[in-house]
Amino acid sequence: MATSAAAARIVPAPVLVRPSRSLWDNALWKLRRDKLTIAAFCILIVLAALSLAAPLFSQYVFHYKFEQQDLLHTYEKPTFANPAYLLGSDEIGRSQVVRLLYGGQISLLVGFVAAFVNLTVGVSLGLAAGYFRGPLDDAVTWIITTLNGIPQLYLLLIVAALWTPGPLTLIVIIGLLNWTGISLFVRGQTFALREREFVTAARTIGARDRRIMFRHILPNVLPLIFVLAAIDVGAIILLESALSFLGLGILPPTPTWGNLLTNAVSYFVRAWWLVVPPGAMIFLTVLCLYLIGDGLRDALDPRLKTH
Amino acid sequence: MRDFIIRRLIYAIPTLIGISIITFAIARLAPGDPIRLFTFGIRDFTEADYQQLLHRYGLDKPMPLQYIDWITNAVRGNFGESLIYHRESFTMLLERVPNTLVLAGAALLLQLIIGVPLGVVAAFKRGTWVDGAIRVFGVAGHAVPPFWLGLILIIVFAVQLRWLPSLGMLTVGHDQWDILDRLKHLILPAFVLALTGIANYSRILRTETLDVLAQDFVRTAYAKGLRERTVVFTHALRNALIPVVTALGGVLAGLVSGALVIEQVFSWPGVGQFTFQAAIAKDYPIVQAGVMFTSTLLVISYLLRDLTYAVVDPRIKAG
Repeated sequence: MATSAAAARIVPAPVLVRPSRSLWDNALWKLRRDKLTIAAFCILIVLAALSLAAPLFSQYVFHYKFEQQDLLHTYEKPTFANPAYLLGSDEIGRSQVVRLLYGGQISLLVGFVAAFVNLTVGVSLGLAAGYFRGPLDDAVTWIITTLNGIPQLYLLLIVAALWTPGPLTLIVIIGLLNWTGISLFVRGQTFALREREFVTAARTIGARDRRIMFRHILPNVLPLIFVLAAIDVGAIILLESALSFLGLGILPPTPTWGNLLTNAVSYFVRAWWLVVPPGAMIFLTVLCLYLIGDGLRDALDPRLKTH
Repeated sequence: MRDFIIRRLIYAIPTLIGISIITFAIARLAPGDPIRLFTFGIRDFTEADYQQLLHRYGLDKPMPLQYIDWITNAVRGNFGESLIYHRESFTMLLERVPNTLVLAGAALLLQLIIGVPLGVVAAFKRGTWVDGAIRVFGVAGHAVPPFWLGLILIIVFAVQLRWLPSLGMLTVGHDQWDILDRLKHLILPAFVLALTGIANYSRILRTETLDVLAQDFVRTAYAKGLRERTVVFTHALRNALIPVVTALGGVLAGLVSGALVIEQVFSWPGVGQFTFQAAIAKDYPIVQAGVMFTSTLLVISYLLRDLTYAVVDPRIKAG
């Protein structure tokens, strides 16, 4: 009696098990504590919302269309008296603040969609080249080294100068030219991953190439692809703004943050308010994207030492 | 080592062929016939004249033959006559090369003498406000649109303070060898061009120095009683500097590409500005010469980077 009672008391030993957390749970847990990344993310959301709501602002707040001109009020200084001239007016009396809001639409659209094209091309080619090796890898590597061999802006410059681009053309051009970095990264990772035991194990139970690539290798590369994607969007926004600044991207009257600065050289001595805000918007957006990229890297890369 | 050099040289050939195909194709496949464009509005311009011009520029042959004609001439530095200036386009381009090299060289120098120490200092002052400030700069430096920074700096230093000139390489009327005047013109564009690289190097060097400082041989060096300075300079830094060479490829690409915009902002008469103006005017021979020249420069610098890397880090040669 006594022994069985003692045994009954011993049996349910408390097992100390932390509830299991996936990589993504873990990343989310880390991100929630990363105030800088959260701030950057919030600012980016606000900027995107402001740009998307540009037509509403133009109609109900500023009562001024983005292409509306007023030759009696050129180079108006920033003023609170007239909401349309909150950030002043340009050389033909257009409202700077309304154009700035609209400008974000194109810059963000081109940035995100072109980055998506980059990712699709870069990841699929990198994955295929790294997995199959051989002639396919040689061909992909050749394309990458060739594209990397031409200075990026020169390449975009000749393409854009010869085909006058709209938003869609620009997305296609940048999307098809800017994927080499992502591709090289995915290729390198795939090279290493395909030799690992879990891939061999998958192969021994008869998994086909496609299944190994998408179910076993891709999920291992995916976390850092998100990091590259955030940085890529930022880089594309910078690229688009440079092209539009040179007069080769989106053409006026459609405003973008880059082409708002195209003519700045001719009047920046008298109107600083036409020069500072567009660049500041680009800077802020790209900075947020890069900070998000850094934050994601810290949260998602388990190998990264915390410096 | 010799095998390694030869192998890398051979690898560069298909890359250059690919670049030449792209350069050729883009200019030829673009909509808009250059002959029609440049003869537009000329009276008495007959169809026979058009055919004759087509023949003179070799545009009536099939594409692959045109490419072979073009590439055999291009290898000899002959990219054809500019459609606007009616001068040999490569010769005109070469006149601009020294200007771009001065700008890019100054920027590279700034990147190394500012970026590298910043990263090392951040690593040694890890966790302090100095480290924080340098890290913020490392991200912000990447995110600034360079052409905008150029405009702002012109407003501040050239328009408001009147310390520095805003445009060109030399004050009009000054002696060509007025070095001080040239330096004054160089400061702003070189700094703007260097900024991304400075930020880049400060980030790389910080991570790398921290990695090296955490390694056993550094602890051993301290343990055997070496002075702090000896450990830092002869043990830690030498190893931390290897990525400076590795990053050089990306940095050089950034310099060549970035110079195009910066030259435009500061009216710097370099290769980038020249090619850009030609592209706007659809002057194909100059555009092709410009793209081929800068690309070849880039491929050569990648090659030099790989060779330097192999010298600095002997493990590479095995791969």
